[in-house]
Amino acid sequence: MIVFERVAKRYPQGREALSLLSFGLARGEMAFLTGRSGAGKSTVLKLIALLERPTRGQVLIDGQDTHRLPARRIPQFRRQIGVVFQDHRLLMDRPVFDNVALPLIVADASLREIDRRVRAALDQVGLLGCERAAPYELSVGEQQRVGIARAIVSKPPLLIADEPTGNLDAALAAEVMGLFRRFNEVGVTVLVATHDLPLVRDSGLREIRLGEGQLGAEASHELIAAPGAGLGAQPG
Amino acid sequence: MGARLAHWLTRHGHALVATAGHLSRQRTATLLTVLVMGLALALPLALQVLVRNVSSLDLPSGIGVSVYLKPEVSEARARTLAATFAAHAGIASVTLITASQALAQFRAQSGLGAALDALTDNPLPNVITISPEPRTASPAQLEALRGYLAVWPEVDSVQTDADWARRLGAWLDLLRRALLVTAALLALGVVAIVGNTIRLEIHARRAEIEVTKLVGGSNAFVRRPFLYTGVLYGLCAALIAWAIVEGARLGLMGPVRRLGDAYGSRLALAGPSVRELGALLLAGVLLGWLGAWIASTRQLSRIEPRPA
Repeated sequence: MIVFERVAKRYPQGREALSLLSFGLARGEMAFLTGRSGAGKSTVLKLIALLERPTRGQVLIDGQDTHRLPARRIPQFRRQIGVVFQDHRLLMDRPVFDNVALPLIVADASLREIDRRVRAALDQVGLLGCERAAPYELSVGEQQRVGIARAIVSKPPLLIADEPTGNLDAALAAEVMGLFRRFNEVGVTVLVATHDLPLVRDSGLREIRLGEGQLGAEASHELIAAPGAGLGAQPG
Repeated sequence: MGARLAHWLTRHGHALVATAGHLSRQRTATLLTVLVMGLALALPLALQVLVRNVSSLDLPSGIGVSVYLKPEVSEARARTLAATFAAHAGIASVTLITASQALAQFRAQSGLGAALDALTDNPLPNVITISPEPRTASPAQLEALRGYLAVWPEVDSVQTDADWARRLGAWLDLLRRALLVTAALLALGVVAIVGNTIRLEIHARRAEIEVTKLVGGSNAFVRRPFLYTGVLYGLCAALIAWAIVEGARLGLMGPVRRLGDAYGSRLALAGPSVRELGALLLAGVLLGWLGAWIASTRQLSRIEPRPA
């Protein structure tokens, strides 16, 4: 589903966010992307969602070379990917329903279908009945779940999340992780960037670690991408 | 096909309603913007209405030539001259207005009888008015006729109605040109106003745009509400321009009528025609759309993912 081949990303200011990262994520797989702050977790997710383009190397999503994707096809491409942000990025002046419906509206779904799917998505994250609420009336955990409902409402085959539990306490974090695992169980490929290492360990899922590479090998499925080292993906 | 159309209408109707709602929530800003745009559109419209009113003035039909004789020329000599002119080729008819006839007419029309009685001499000259034959009415032939008339020692000056018509025509041409230049400049102004307003609007809604693009909203989708905003601005501005011009016309109607009375003719001030109003509305909508399109295209490209 996701293939990074010797990907490097250098920002215009000269900061090297990634150097020669290679890894792969199979269809239907769920994995964590870990590493200290600044190791490039967000950059990896931005490259997947085509918010950034790599300076070097190849990013293949579902067999599609993102580098060759013309600009006019980017919207269509992004509809295949659900994105969850740490700061959830909800539109605070719109009710929950409108926020969750956005991916369907941009994809020209019919009103009936929008209504049905938004309710289904809110039901999945346990917020059915909150359609008319404004995001600021909800708790932080609930806001994050609205963000997740928005990410999954159009049933994308790929779900990526950037620190989705960063602002949540342990109980809420576990709850959100439980949601991701449930989506994964029904076939969605999931990649979660996090620095919540206990959560990763408890999950027993594969960990893709960015950074210097000397961070030990506690995880059962370990992968290290060191700057300049050109290390490849080696699951298991 | 019908379903697709219904779908399309729903989609655009949605964007339109959302846009109108958005504008009505920022009433003061919206009002100021459309007022400035309305003023910019009102000026060319007013000029156009003025030009049309002036060019539809009742000008003397046919071309006449007035021959003013020198004051010392006697009435008898004037009659002889008139007879001579009448025999000249290319002249259809000749009328002599003698100095005493002119004075009597002036006395009757002006109401200055007592003042005129105080004059010892009649200050008015004898005038011979000539109607050329229609086939001699070309400018060159008219010029030749004027030359023939002017060489007589008794003749003081020769004036053709064509002179007046030509001067008025030149003024109208100038006005029309000024109208085009003004309209072009103010159209640019309208585009700039809309463009700047939309630019600020996009800035204010940047977060929304980023999220919309991230979940797969195309540029067309993101741009749509802004284009509607521009079109609504343009439409409102055109209506305001109409109101301004119509208001000005009502205010000027009384003075214009009195001016006409003073010249002994009926002057009326016509308002914008249906065609002019159609052009105004179309111009407003197109300019609003154009300004919004330019601004949104420029701004939206900055919210794109940066290429490597």
